Amino acid sequence: MTNWRASAQTRTDAMNDHTVKAFSEQLEGLSSSIAQMGGLAEAQFAAAVDAIARRDTVLAENAVGGDKRIDQLQIDIEDRAMKLLALRQPMAVDLRETLAAIKIASELERIGDLAKNIAKRAIVLNREPPMRLTASLARMGKQALAQLKQVLDAYSDRNAVAAEAVWKQDGEIDETYNSLFRELLTYMMEDPRTIGSSTHLLFIAKNIERSGDHATNIAEVVYHMVRADHLSNNRPKADTTSETSIPFESKA
Amino acid sequence: MNSTDTYWTAVARFLWPALVGLAAGIALAIWQGAQTAWIVAGIALLVALLVAYLAHQGRLFLAEQAAEIGDKSSAFLTPVARATLAWLPDPLMLLDQGGRVLFANTAMYNVIGVPPENKQVSMLLRTPVVLEAVSHTAATGESVAVEYITPVPVQRHYQAHTATLKVQPPVTMLLLHDLTAIKRTEQMRADFVANASHELRTPLAAVSGFIDTLKGHARDDAQARDRFLDIMSVEAGRMRRLIEDLLSLTRIELNEHVRPSGVVQIDRIVRETFAALSPLARTDNITLELCAPDGVPAVAGERDELIQLFQNLIHNAIKYGRDGGHVWVTLKPAPGAGGRGSASMLCVQVKDDGEGIPQDAVPRLTERFYRVDVKRSREKGGTGLGLAIVKHIVNRHQGRLTIESKAGEGSTFTIFLPLARAEAPADAAVT
Repeated sequence: MTNWRASAQTRTDAMNDHTVKAFSEQLEGLSSSIAQMGGLAEAQFAAAVDAIARRDTVLAENAVGGDKRIDQLQIDIEDRAMKLLALRQPMAVDLRETLAAIKIASELERIGDLAKNIAKRAIVLNREPPMRLTASLARMGKQALAQLKQVLDAYSDRNAVAAEAVWKQDGEIDETYNSLFRELLTYMMEDPRTIGSSTHLLFIAKNIERSGDHATNIAEVVYHMVRADHLSNNRPKADTTSETSIPFESKA
Repeated sequence: MNSTDTYWTAVARFLWPALVGLAAGIALAIWQGAQTAWIVAGIALLVALLVAYLAHQGRLFLAEQAAEIGDKSSAFLTPVARATLAWLPDPLMLLDQGGRVLFANTAMYNVIGVPPENKQVSMLLRTPVVLEAVSHTAATGESVAVEYITPVPVQRHYQAHTATLKVQPPVTMLLLHDLTAIKRTEQMRADFVANASHELRTPLAAVSGFIDTLKGHARDDAQARDRFLDIMSVEAGRMRRLIEDLLSLTRIELNEHVRPSGVVQIDRIVRETFAALSPLARTDNITLELCAPDGVPAVAGERDELIQLFQNLIHNAIKYGRDGGHVWVTLKPAPGAGGRGSASMLCVQVKDDGEGIPQDAVPRLTERFYRVDVKRSREKGGTGLGLAIVKHIVNRHQGRLTIESKAGEGSTFTIFLPLARAEAPADAAVT
């Protein structure tokens, strides 16, 4: 009897609760592909940010090329999720997992695109003289990367608390972005020769900030998937650059 | 789901038809008074009991199947092999052909942070090169070795080895080798030289400038000599503090990826630091207040580093506080603030009522040699490394540092430290 109870527990843990074993396998395969796609997005984003910090053009070119695999995986995941919806008509947590897979795949695909764009700009930046602020950008990139890692861990572990923590932390990236934004504008005013590079840095900063937002979107999806409930709408937003202007002070 | 509940609900579910059948039979018998009704009731009861029994057996049968699957995962390991692998200091995982974890040792459990039981490897280690190596080895049987980096939260370098174990069915082995310590030593050497030489140049220039002056026209001017010697001693002091801070930063950074092994009572450390800094606070005309409840749970940590952490934070609060101001140190539990694999944390808050920090400087405070106000930091004898040291200590303890500040109202530095967790199971294998 004791043995029976113990093994019943194992059985629930192993997600084999469906009568049709293939269904469980398909659902699990979907999760596993999402994790794999997340890994690719992480690696691509890390490479792009690293390429700026280390002025490494080869790394940047690799990061640009890596986006194709992410796109391919997204199409694959969407097809499989669609087939699952059509053939199995999942309910409750299964339905949420399937929908979460579709949503997270598209968020990850966007992050991949942003990373690709960052890498492209890194190639341009490396042809110009070095800028001091690239170190701050790399730090901001790390912040976003940490968010992405945490939210993907939360997805793999089905941990709503961890997802909520990611969702709350997004303000920190926004604040770094505000600080960089102001600093870059000041730079451009002081020395018009840096306008070219500074503009690229500005777009890179914006891309990193957007990636952070996508990580928070994933956090919302994960939370909903686990808890069947929505995180409230008032996310801590601290990006104020859309209202920032810096008066021009003539040096003459 | 509670397994006891599952069992009884299963029994209840299959027993109620029996009871309904019985009740219906008895009702019919009483109403009709006929013997056939009693027979009908009996048959209904028997059929219902039979259904319940079969269903129960079916359940048992399913459960046995599940037990078999569970056992199969690591049944190919003899107890000795199992214990040896569990003890192995390098993280190791055994996977089946589909990439599902059959066995993972304690070191691997520590890398992943969650129990790896029965999960797909991609749910645990997402790094693309590792997954590629695993699937390549599973498909071809060739061994692969790849190097990879995990950039956050603390950068780590690993070398991953994959190989096929030729048993039936074949098993893929994934072994990680941690290269972080070696890579760090290389990087650290370069960084240290660059930072140190840049920061030491200024005071050194001052000292050597005054030496020249003292050798030259100020040689016989006693008043000027005293003044210059005072300045030189201040500058030399600055250089000494800088070198001390750089050395401790280097030491902490070298060990940043090593989990602290000790278990410490934070409240005791905070109280000690507090007492040590009280005289300083008095000279600066600042009132220190401590609020620490009794019986705070212990955290996993390195005592000396934590002392340095609180020293830096409280000292900063005193240095940059308002004249005649307050500094509050609060200790409290912070449940649910943890990251992967850790549930509760302890939170220590150091709050001052000084002039606060400009919003755009807040995210950069922990950068090395970043100063909000260069002149003021120099006056107060700051090295620009205090918060960088704090950040690295917090990182090493797998904690978190948050900084909130409002201009004119003061700043709050909050440290979250994970509680000492009950030891990871010595044998984190899948059962």
